Amino acid sequence: MTNTSLWSAVAMIACVVVCSTIGEVLTAAAMKSIGDLDLIRAHSGLKGAIRAVVTCPLFFAGVTFLALAFFALLFALNHLNLSLVAPASASLTLVTNAIAGKFFLKENVDRRRWTAAVLVCIGVYLLAH
Amino acid sequence: MILGLVALCAPLGDTCLSRGMTKLAPISLAHPVTLIAAVFTPWIALGIALLIGFFASYLTALSWADLTFVLPATAFGNVIVALFARFWLHEAISLERWAGIALITLGVGFVAQGPSLTERPTAPRLEASSHALAVSDESLQEASRTEEALEVEPR
Repeated sequence: MTNTSLWSAVAMIACVVVCSTIGEVLTAAAMKSIGDLDLIRAHSGLKGAIRAVVTCPLFFAGVTFLALAFFALLFALNHLNLSLVAPASASLTLVTNAIAGKFFLKENVDRRRWTAAVLVCIGVYLLAH
Repeated sequence: MILGLVALCAPLGDTCLSRGMTKLAPISLAHPVTLIAAVFTPWIALGIALLIGFFASYLTALSWADLTFVLPATAFGNVIVALFARFWLHEAISLERWAGIALITLGVGFVAQGPSLTERPTAPRLEASSHALAVSDESLQEASRTEEALEVEPR
């Protein structure tokens, strides 16, 4: 791999990881602000649950970034091998999400969750490489 | 069940997308419209359908669990696909991949033993839920108004 193609591969994977992390954090924040979907569905049916989700602006911001991540992934798959893009983006996204979850969603990312994120990250890399 | 659906639909959807995209000619940034046209090819359409199923289950899981709980738990899908390939398709799995399977299983075991949701003061969560329920109540009220209107209409 030449220097230019190496940097373009890094840029493509970074694009997927950044867009995916922002999208997942915004979506998680939206779902927490809505509340338990199972309870809403039990109270007002499937239509009520769908309505609660689609009337949340934060949800659309999250979906926009997830859509950007999706098109960035399609673009990367068109230029790079699946065996590089899938493990790299999946494992890096796990770590960036753990960091974002702690700082932006104020989740209790204790030692157990850090260990799980790192183990799964290495595992995904080994499995898909 | 919900986490199982998330774990199965995501890797199967990604595999369909990969199969669809590698069949297409290389796409350049100068012609981004071809990327949108790719969405309507069969393999990519099937991949998108599976990913919609994944997204619905994923949203439900996120409504009652932390992001840092859901993501490692759903990575177990990679293990399911690898085992499926080994025992049904009789594909060979290298030592590296068995190590990957062991690490993911260990990681999922770690996270599954802990709480799924961070404990918070109850007020904001109740407020949020009551907002969602108020939205649902509006739809119920609209439905009952429609029913009333239908009752007074002459037949």
